[in-house]
Amino acid sequence: MNNPIINEDNIVYQKPKLMNDTPMHYCPGCSHGVVHKLIAEIIEEMNMADKTIGISPVGCAVFAYNYLDIDWQEAAHGRAPALATAVKRLWPDRLVFTYQGDGDMASIGACETIHALNRGENICMILINNSIYGMTGGQMAPTTLIGQKTSTCPYGREPDIHGYPLSISNLAVQLEGTCYVTRQAVDTVPAIRKTKAALRKAFENSMNKKGSSLVEIISTCNSGWKLSPSDSNKWMRENVISQYPLGDMKSI
Amino acid sequence: MSTSQPLGAIVINQERCKGCGLCIEACPKSIISFTGKSVNAHGYPYVSATNMDNCIGCASCGIICPDGCITVYRAPKTA
Repeated sequence: MNNPIINEDNIVYQKPKLMNDTPMHYCPGCSHGVVHKLIAEIIEEMNMADKTIGISPVGCAVFAYNYLDIDWQEAAHGRAPALATAVKRLWPDRLVFTYQGDGDMASIGACETIHALNRGENICMILINNSIYGMTGGQMAPTTLIGQKTSTCPYGREPDIHGYPLSISNLAVQLEGTCYVTRQAVDTVPAIRKTKAALRKAFENSMNKKGSSLVEIISTCNSGWKLSPSDSNKWMRENVISQYPLGDMKSI
Repeated sequence: MSTSQPLGAIVINQERCKGCGLCIEACPKSIISFTGKSVNAHGYPYVSATNMDNCIGCASCGIICPDGCITVYRAPKTA
């Protein structure tokens, strides 16, 4: 069957060229893949493929360097903002971003995160917030919602025992060094387009030396949440977004 | 050839597909579905375009696919 439309001149969407053919280890339906594609598309559009250095975290995205053909540096757990600071200070003409999960950024790396943002380093920090520790088996994270069941709080998170959810974006808004703080999602096509615009703005801020940008992306972890990919998106819309409302929180 | 020209077409990399099914939900024309019980080399069920004549080339499936499995084509506009 020869379809005349299937012809290279008619392509309107394809896998970004910076994303290679290595099969990604992420679970089916994981938000990481969507964000990886957005990063690759933006770097291609900005023509910065040779001048971008990503800092990959410890967490599910630890192998991000296998999938996007740009320069990467792997950080110790939570230390991505410190490493990004060093890279950007030594190479001010490079586009430097960190790609971290909520366990990496909001828990073990909270100190580095807050101080890098407060110093106003010209880097972009991407926070993938799925409200649990996905890689290690769905344990409670600082970002876990009140009442949310995880493998280490099987009856739901209780503030009396486990404390309250921590919002890194809300903290970042208060800091002098940040120029752009936004919270987005990637569950629908319109949301993905908005997230792409937010990431592009954050990358441009980094190159224009405006200060630190934080892009928090509310994502799903269907394996950790024990739901199907489409039910995870529904659960996220019903429960997570009410706790972590979407939109720009600071833009200078 | 059918009487009305199709507006778009998609090609799915079924070896890369993990069968999450997010494209099935995103497609406004419901042209994508799981077909049978076959699985690819990684053991994942995969989707197929089962109703390609209705494709409008909107690229929603491609944009939402976490693994970049879908290439979307749109017919050039004829004046």
